[in-house]
Amino acid sequence: SSWWSHVEMGPPDPILGVTEAFKRDTNSKKMNLGVGAYRDDNGKPYVLSCVRKAEAMIASKKMDKEYLPIAGLVDFTRASAELALGENSEAFKSSRYVTVQGISGTGSLRIGANFLQRFFKSSRDVYLPKPSWGNHTPIFRDAGLQLQAYRYYDPKTCSLDFSGAMDDISKIPEKSIILLHACAHNPTGVDPRQEQWKEIAALVKKRNLLVYFDMAYQGFASGDINRDAWAVRYFIEQGINLVLSQSYAKNMGLYGERAGAFTVICSDAEEAKRVESQLKILIRPMYSNPPLNGARIASIILNTPDLREEWLTEVKGMANRIISMRTQLVSNLKKEGSSHNWQHITDQIGMFCFTGLKPEQVERLIKEFSIYMTKDGRISVAGVTSGNVGYLAHAIHQVTK
Amino acid sequence: YLPILGLPEFRANASRIALGDDSPAIKENRIGSVQSLGGTGALRIGAEFLRRWYNGNNNTATPVYISAPSWENHNSVFVDAGFKDIRTYHYWDAAKRGLDLQGLLGDMEKAPEFSIFILHACAHNPTGTDPTPDQWKQIAAVMKRRFLFPFFDSAYQGFASGSLDKDAWAVRYFVSEGFELFCAQSFSKNFGLYNERVGNLTVVGKDADNVQRVLSQMEKIVRTTWSNPPSQGARIVATTLSSPQLFAEWKDNVKTMADRVLLMRSELRSRLESLGTPGTWNHITEQIGMFSFTGLNPKQVEYMIKEKHIYLMASGRINMCGLTTKNLDYVAKSIHEAVTKIQ
Repeated sequence: SSWWSHVEMGPPDPILGVTEAFKRDTNSKKMNLGVGAYRDDNGKPYVLSCVRKAEAMIASKKMDKEYLPIAGLVDFTRASAELALGENSEAFKSSRYVTVQGISGTGSLRIGANFLQRFFKSSRDVYLPKPSWGNHTPIFRDAGLQLQAYRYYDPKTCSLDFSGAMDDISKIPEKSIILLHACAHNPTGVDPRQEQWKEIAALVKKRNLLVYFDMAYQGFASGDINRDAWAVRYFIEQGINLVLSQSYAKNMGLYGERAGAFTVICSDAEEAKRVESQLKILIRPMYSNPPLNGARIASIILNTPDLREEWLTEVKGMANRIISMRTQLVSNLKKEGSSHNWQHITDQIGMFCFTGLKPEQVERLIKEFSIYMTKDGRISVAGVTSGNVGYLAHAIHQVTK
Repeated sequence: YLPILGLPEFRANASRIALGDDSPAIKENRIGSVQSLGGTGALRIGAEFLRRWYNGNNNTATPVYISAPSWENHNSVFVDAGFKDIRTYHYWDAAKRGLDLQGLLGDMEKAPEFSIFILHACAHNPTGTDPTPDQWKQIAAVMKRRFLFPFFDSAYQGFASGSLDKDAWAVRYFVSEGFELFCAQSFSKNFGLYNERVGNLTVVGKDADNVQRVLSQMEKIVRTTWSNPPSQGARIVATTLSSPQLFAEWKDNVKTMADRVLLMRSELRSRLESLGTPGTWNHITEQIGMFSFTGLNPKQVEYMIKEKHIYLMASGRINMCGLTTKNLDYVAKSIHEAVTKIQ
């Protein structure tokens, strides 16, 4: 008999499992609105031209493949911190931060979660917005922390339940950990306005909470990297020493290269050095040191002025295409004769849209129309094109009329 | 994004390299693979899985045995994966500068049934001392009788002897003896892909159904650790292993690297013997792989570092790859000085 006879079959990953089901479908009209990967208006993956240029530069230099330091490529981590914090940030200029390279967003979140489990002794509780990215919960749980929630999304209005959020946050026990999405909330696309962020900052400060920002879409939400990082920067300016994870999967299209970073804002540079030493001790038994390729591409782009400009333009282009698809979806739904209020589709921001569709309606979209999305009604607007937005609107109308 | 478990062509080829083209386990479709971030990543995923699923649903108390000495990171990997009872098994006999087989077998006899043993597939790190095939057979016999789980760490396949098949002999022997096992593979050294983080966890089970369930649970572990692995290095390895010409070229490259190390070993040994450096130096050519356990003690090591600017581990381990025809004389003379001046 086998050691593994008692091992249960694990359920398919809710998000990545959608793509696998999509691949098996033979319907020519099929649409994959599951995983958050950007597609161009032809439905094809989009490799940014600044990335191709950076790749060519790398290839021409014929660099070696020596191990990176455990904390990653220094030019990358420094540029990453500057991108998030802003070049004028006091925290950045005084070096009272540590940024380590992580395996895209997931790996960076996990390093942070493990770090908090080991060194944040005040609490085991991480408060997530309701809802949050599906993978947040298992990441923190596997790191040994416990999950709690605060109200966030109002399904009645398909927008932010601000008073509910403030009410719940005001009751979070002091010194707990609160996770916030920096911009383009996943899965709802609902972000607080700046005045609301200010109130949230004041409240978490009052409650003495450890703030963990997840920023996976800087640049992708509004098209403007500074605007998308506003909340993170504001919190730091208010004296909140937060922790932050960043991903370059979407905003640089570096998905499979796994480029990301985890940052801890510290009291001073000396504390940052001590924190860094402990982060390295966590990373070494996980994968020793990070992969170079994606970090090198991102570093070249961020640190080469023309490439950086080109990147900013391309990110804006991607964000604009998504915004335009949102607009077209709403107008097509009107054309179909839908009587529902679909304003939330254009109010929401970023790659995802919380349609408000119920699980039964989602199931019909999958089975009858070969339109794939996650059960919670989340669609990746990036998967919508001018060629299929009509079909999508038609299908949504059919299951909601 | 790659799939969670990695690039399919990489996974299949990587496991085939470890198990052999004619592996009964592959023919019987009872193997699985998890593309990982280097050998470290493969070890960690394997460790996390074992802690959750090996012998019941909570293996925090299951003993994990690591060789004395071993790569230091082995300990940290299993500690961070949640194992609370990590022990050592006898391995290196400092007096005779070789394998302490009796000690090793004795520890296996005394180990609680179902304990997990981390075995170095070849080119033991740091000692460079491997069991002979006959010794491996004895090890396998005890492990089978006592229901001990083999978790192989294969970071140097091809690099040790210059032959992929020879370096995989132990893993393949265990498979032929019907063991279920894990093998953490690294392509950092044998492909020189260090910073691309290319590794693979090969799983050998009793049948396809068991392996399928194991992989589904490994997916969950991967998803919360790195979601999906980096693509570049895996593509390079997959392309090479699936092209007859590139595969031949790779095997040749690996042999070249291994041969250079073997040359450095024999050159260092002959210099020390010519210098009349106190002690015996045959262990330098008898040991295999990248490292040599020189036998230098910590004080002698400190001398090497401080006075001679030659950096090595406090254990006396040197990376033979750091030797070149240009520095052999200097290193040999320095070792001679250290051994004669410092006791």
